[in-house]
Parts: sequence; C-alpha cells; structure tokens
Amino acid sequence: MMTVNPCSGDLPGVFGETMPFLCQGAAVTLQSAAGGAALAIVIALVVGLMASSPLRTVRGVARVYMEFFRGTSVLVQLFWLFYAMPILTGYQMDKVFAGVLALGLNLGAYGSEVVRGALQAVPPSQREAAIALNFSPLQRMRYVILPQAFVEMIPPMNNLLIELLKATSLLSVITVADLAYEGRLLVNSGSDQLIVFALMLVIYFVFSYAITLVMRFVERRAARMVGRGKPRRRRATAAVEAAR
Amino acid sequence: MIQFDKVVKRFGDVTVLRELDFHVKPAERVTLIGPSGSGKTTILRLLMTLERVTSGTIEVDGQCLSHMKRGDRMVPADEKHLRQVRKKIGMVFQQFNLFPNMNVLRNITEAPVRALGVPREQAEEKARDLLEMVELSDKALAHPSQLSGGQQQRVAIARALAMEPEVLLLDEVTSALDPELVSGVQSLLRDIARSSNLTLLCVTHEMNFARDISHRVLMFDQGQIVEDGPPEQIFNEPEQQRTRDFLQAVLNA
Repeated sequence: MMTVNPCSGDLPGVFGETMPFLCQGAAVTLQSAAGGAALAIVIALVVGLMASSPLRTVRGVARVYMEFFRGTSVLVQLFWLFYAMPILTGYQMDKVFAGVLALGLNLGAYGSEVVRGALQAVPPSQREAAIALNFSPLQRMRYVILPQAFVEMIPPMNNLLIELLKATSLLSVITVADLAYEGRLLVNSGSDQLIVFALMLVIYFVFSYAITLVMRFVERRAARMVGRGKPRRRRATAAVEAAR
Repeated sequence: MIQFDKVVKRFGDVTVLRELDFHVKPAERVTLIGPSGSGKTTILRLLMTLERVTSGTIEVDGQCLSHMKRGDRMVPADEKHLRQVRKKIGMVFQQFNLFPNMNVLRNITEAPVRALGVPREQAEEKARDLLEMVELSDKALAHPSQLSGGQQQRVAIARALAMEPEVLLLDEVTSALDPELVSGVQSLLRDIARSSNLTLLCVTHEMNFARDISHRVLMFDQGQIVEDGPPEQIFNEPEQQRTRDFLQAVLNA
C-alpha cells in the first residue's frame, strides 16, 4: 500500500486543496505552543520557587507577577506586547515572538501557582529530616523537596499545557499564520466550511491528546521515582499492602 | 556537651519551656520522660535547630546554637553557623521521615556526600557497614515504601549514624511501630549505645527501655524538670509526687 503524506496535497478533492494550508498553520501552532510552553515552564519554576521563599520581598514580587498575569487576559497582553509596546518604546517585536512571550508570561503565572502548591504539599517533616542531616537550604530544595513536589505538579501542568495549546489560536488576531488563521483564510476564500472546521477540530484534538500521553508517561516515571507504583490508585495500593 | 541555660520557649501564648537549665556530659545517655505536652520533644527540636529559643541559650560542645560572635557582639546565627553546629548532632524521628524519592542506600549516603563532601564510594562502603549493623544488608536497593515500620526506623538510625554525630537525639522512635517491631529497634539502640561513646538524648514512653539505656532520667512537667536522677532512683524510689503519679499512670496503662 502506498502511503500518502496528508500535507502534500495529493489527497482527493477538498482535502487535497485544504490540507497543505492547514498543515502549515499546524506547524506554526506547534512552534508557538512549544515556545510558549518552554517559557511558561521556566517561569513557573522560578516564580513558584520565589513564592515559596522565606524572604517576604521575594514572595511579594512573585505574588504581584502571578496576580497581574493571571488577572489580565492573554489577548490584551498580546495587544500590549505587539501594538502598544512599539508606541511606548519604539521597538516592534516579531509577531510570533510577541505571541510566545504573551503565552509564556500568562501560562507561567498559572504554572507558578501549581509549583508553589506542589512544594507546599511536601510534608514539613521531610524538610526537617533534611535539616537534621545538615543539607544546605539549596540542597534541601534540590535533592529532597523538588523531586517529591515534581510528581504533584504533573497532572495540573498537563491541563495548563493543553490550555496553552488552545490559546495559541489567539495569535491569529495579530495575524500569526497559525492553524486558526489558515482555517479562517480557507473558509473566506471559498473552501467548504464544515470540512475545514472539522479538520481543525481534529488537528487540535490530536495535538492535545499527544500532550496528555507524554505527560502521563512522565507522571508514571516520576511516580515510580518516589516509590508509588500507580499514582492514580495510590490509596488502593496502600490498602492492599496493609492487608497483606 | 549540652548546656541549657534559662531556656524559654513559647508558641504564641503557650509557654512550653520555662527557664530550663540542665547539663549533659559527653557520652552521657539521658532519657526525658513526662506527660505529653511537657516540652520533651521541644527540647530535641531546639537542639536540632528545628525551632529557635524564645530566650536563654543552648550550647553544644561550647558552641551556642542560636547566636554567634561577630566582633564582640552576639548576633543571631546565620545558616553557615547553624550548619557548623548541626554537624555534631543527629536525630531520629518518630515517623522515620525517610526520603521517598531515594532508595535505602541513597537515603544513607546522600547527606554524607552532599553535605559533608564524602566521596560516593566511601559513603557507600560505610552505608553497607551500617546496613549490616542494622541487619538490612539485603534491602540496600529497596525503596522505603517496601519496608516495614521497624525496618524503616532501622534505616533512619543508620542514616543518622552515617553523619557521625557526637550527639544523637531519639524522638519517641518506637511510638509509631507495631508492638512486635518495638523490641528489635530497642535492642539495636541498646547495642549502639553500649558500643559507642555517643551522647544520647532520648524521649520515650517505654519505661523499661529508659531504664536500661540511660545513665540519667529527667522527669518533666509543664516545661520544667521535676526530678533528675539515675534510673534506679526515678523508677524505684521517686521523691516527687508528680513523678510517682506519672509512673503509676504509664505503668498501669
């Protein structure tokens, strides 16, 4: 059987006409999502750690950042970065870069809350044991607290990454040629609406499901590292263990 | 070795320790007994620098725990000073507190390697010796969650000893164990106590264990020492009514 590259335009009829454009858009969507995710994860870790700092001013800075970027819409942040910034500073950002920045800053703020919560969920007795063993504050975080908090972060991070993927469609507003942009262009130039919209639906879903699969894999690995075989059935396993 | 001088500890409005004075000599083994809430565990937590005194001073081996000298003034201890004094002290907790993100061997070697800079091979060699001592050689690569409470506590003891402390604090180390596992941990601690010159400070509700492990027993009530003496005196002919009442209550339980 011959395999057909769905993006090549060799498919019959309307699929052949639209898929090359949708694929181009999908690639841009993936790029912006990946860039935004990388930035969001870095910000989440840094600001989440800052929000758990014993120093009040450091916590304060983190708090202000989190509240500000959670409390204003991505779209408005995008407008500021792309349209308002050049007026104020004279510097015009590349549109994909502005998009990645807005997504990263916004989802990073949500992610910081996830990181902070996960750090707090590690029992204080773990920190005390690490003090008793004379670890430095940095070593306590690096070798004891973070690895345990990491497992807790993954399911909510999965949600955030899917949110981020879908939020990339907002970039079409500043004319980034992503999947949503290409789709609308095709419809405007006369392609069958139902088919184009259906294809867009499928492509977004496939991407977000791929994210879920990757995150589940990471979660299982991480859970095994802290000695929990099956994270979703933690209680049941413990009960079975106890009954033996 | 350990010197408490007019130590006061308050949590909000609650005064847990009231102007406490006591002294522990090097290699002395002291057990703290008394009703719950009398401040025994707080003493261990102060020594481990998990809490700070409200007022008064604690010295370990001549070094003040909460303050340090800067010029000729005493200022609150910084992290560097705290790590210096913690070197001498180890602690075993009621709930073991093993690190779930490491296997048994790693639990024992991680602190010597990271905090003391011992080469990993050397730390592992030592850890295997310690595991042999606590009779868990076959569990080196097991995960803490695969061990029974008694085994976990024995690993925790090995982990504390791997840091080669001069003072070992035992905070109700058998209270969280199933009854049949208690004696194993106790006899291990008895062996360790007799074969080393560790200074031992032990909080326990097991009076028999207190009797055969300690040189001295301190009876606490309401943040103060009510009676202080060798185990024979405290358990056989206590002078204070409070001690008699307490012993009666625990021994008849």
